[in-house]
Amino acid sequence: MSIDPSLLMNAVAAGILLGGFYAAVALGLSITFGQLDVVNIAHPAFIVAGSYLVFALNGGFGLDPVLAGIILMPVFFVVGVLVYRVYYAAFERTGRESLAGLAFFFGLMFIIEVLFILAYGVDYRLVETDYIGKQIEIGLLGIPWRMLVPFCAAVVMTGGVYLFLSKTFLGRAILAVSQDRLALQLMGADPIKIKQIAFGLGIATAALAGALLIMIGPVEPTIGRLYIGRIFAIVVLGGMGSIPGTLIAAIILGLAESLVATYIGPSWAPTVAFGILLLTLAFRPSGLLGRQA
Amino acid sequence: MKISPFWIITVLILIGGYLFAEWAENQFLFFAGYVVLQSLIMAVAWNILGGFTGYVNFGSAGFFAVGAYTAIALHQFLEAPLIVLIIIAGVVCGLIGLGTGYLTLRLRGVYFAIATLAMAIVFESLITNWEYVGGSTGAYVITPTEVAFFDSYIEMLFVLMLFLALVSVAVSRYLSISRIGQGLAAIRDDETAAECMGVPTLRLKLISTTVMGAMMGVCGAPFPFFVTYINPLSAFDLLIAVNSIAMPMIGGTAVWFGPVIGALLLGTIQQIITVTVSSELNILIVGVVLVLFVALAPRGIVGLVQDVMKKRRGK
Repeated sequence: MSIDPSLLMNAVAAGILLGGFYAAVALGLSITFGQLDVVNIAHPAFIVAGSYLVFALNGGFGLDPVLAGIILMPVFFVVGVLVYRVYYAAFERTGRESLAGLAFFFGLMFIIEVLFILAYGVDYRLVETDYIGKQIEIGLLGIPWRMLVPFCAAVVMTGGVYLFLSKTFLGRAILAVSQDRLALQLMGADPIKIKQIAFGLGIATAALAGALLIMIGPVEPTIGRLYIGRIFAIVVLGGMGSIPGTLIAAIILGLAESLVATYIGPSWAPTVAFGILLLTLAFRPSGLLGRQA
Repeated sequence: MKISPFWIITVLILIGGYLFAEWAENQFLFFAGYVVLQSLIMAVAWNILGGFTGYVNFGSAGFFAVGAYTAIALHQFLEAPLIVLIIIAGVVCGLIGLGTGYLTLRLRGVYFAIATLAMAIVFESLITNWEYVGGSTGAYVITPTEVAFFDSYIEMLFVLMLFLALVSVAVSRYLSISRIGQGLAAIRDDETAAECMGVPTLRLKLISTTVMGAMMGVCGAPFPFFVTYINPLSAFDLLIAVNSIAMPMIGGTAVWFGPVIGALLLGTIQQIITVTVSSELNILIVGVVLVLFVALAPRGIVGLVQDVMKKRRGK
């Protein structure tokens, strides 16, 4: 079998664009799970919630999906803060976060899914704008706008979070709480308040990620399940909380999935994430840019 | 020789179940009963690892589905009788469970949980791409219309499931009250400390994961014959995984009868809601009940009852 250069080029381009989008999806988990050690398995459910609210804003007011996603971010931030408060009061304070906390988020995921099934049914929903459906042609390469816009938005958001965490006082406090909670407490800062803000930030990214998700393709309430494996694979491969690591890992996964879908078959693509995840867990649990070995 | 009340009750339940199956007219009772018993076995199996050792398995549906598809493949290949299919499905899933046990060497806590979820999805992809057992379109099973000793096939399945459930509970009870149970509890409380005290942690974990896997496989094997049409979506239903976690958590994970109580209670409620209201609401209620219980009653119903008893004795 000879390799068709145009097919390969398109597969690679699609993979990189998809990977950028995956970074937006995994970014929130990289903060909540990677840095705060909160196993928020419901993160994809929050993303789907974002998709549906964007769908409502887009259908009701004709808002651009990306703009709608940005408008929703503060709302999601508040929701995130509230969820963390419940989680802290019920689990973290009593030190039973591992098993009970996992079950809590597992249950939360189901509650969110079913609420959207009850509200919107199990049909696929999608958004409409002028640019969705068009594409740019560069030589043999065709780049659809519905992939390019999410990629750009995702990279901007990832960059923004990276700058926030590394340059601002609050961002550094979040990094500090993930490294040594006790030390932060001794410096006179309240780790719970900081974790609350960080968790809110993680959930806020889900609003925009949800907007990007519904731009890329139609969404139904349980679609988030497909992303559980992907985002955990990305966060673990990226090195638990490293933002640049998350972006790199997301693009690796996007490329791998795109190539597998093109050359082996689309039905094998979901296996890629879990294959990568299992291999990473087995051979390099600290990830590519890990915090510690 | 002294026979413990547990065995007498077990045999009585089995005989009672058979007589019930002979007399009951309403076929729906068998279907509902089968579903409740199926989730009971899954809950008991999950608890052998999750409750006794503290390793969370998110991939229950994977074991269940591999059991179901092993049965399908062998049924198409050999036309073997159901009991043979169940045994082989148990062996296959037991071996997968053994493999999972070796994962615990490197992965603890949440990493183990994610790895089991990953395994389930890898299995789902494999089966979706395996045309022999129907691939993504699924497979039909034609069940015989007449069976010896029973009025209908579904009656036979119901009694079979009752038997399997009782065996599962007996195995779980044995693991819990024997020396093995003490070792498993030691792993749950502090694995490193247990290891230092000379508890053979790896061997115990391997026993635990193998029994769990085998039990889930056994539970999945009759499933294709129960629904007569199976596809990867229904076999890998995430509700199976959630139920098998929610039921022990609601009943109480530390003791062998916790998941039994949780499964009977939640399973029955689910059947009633599915029939009277809708299956979506059924999932919503599982979610809400699970969240409320883990947040407010961490030791489940068993823990609540124990607290009440303690207070009464105090007065």
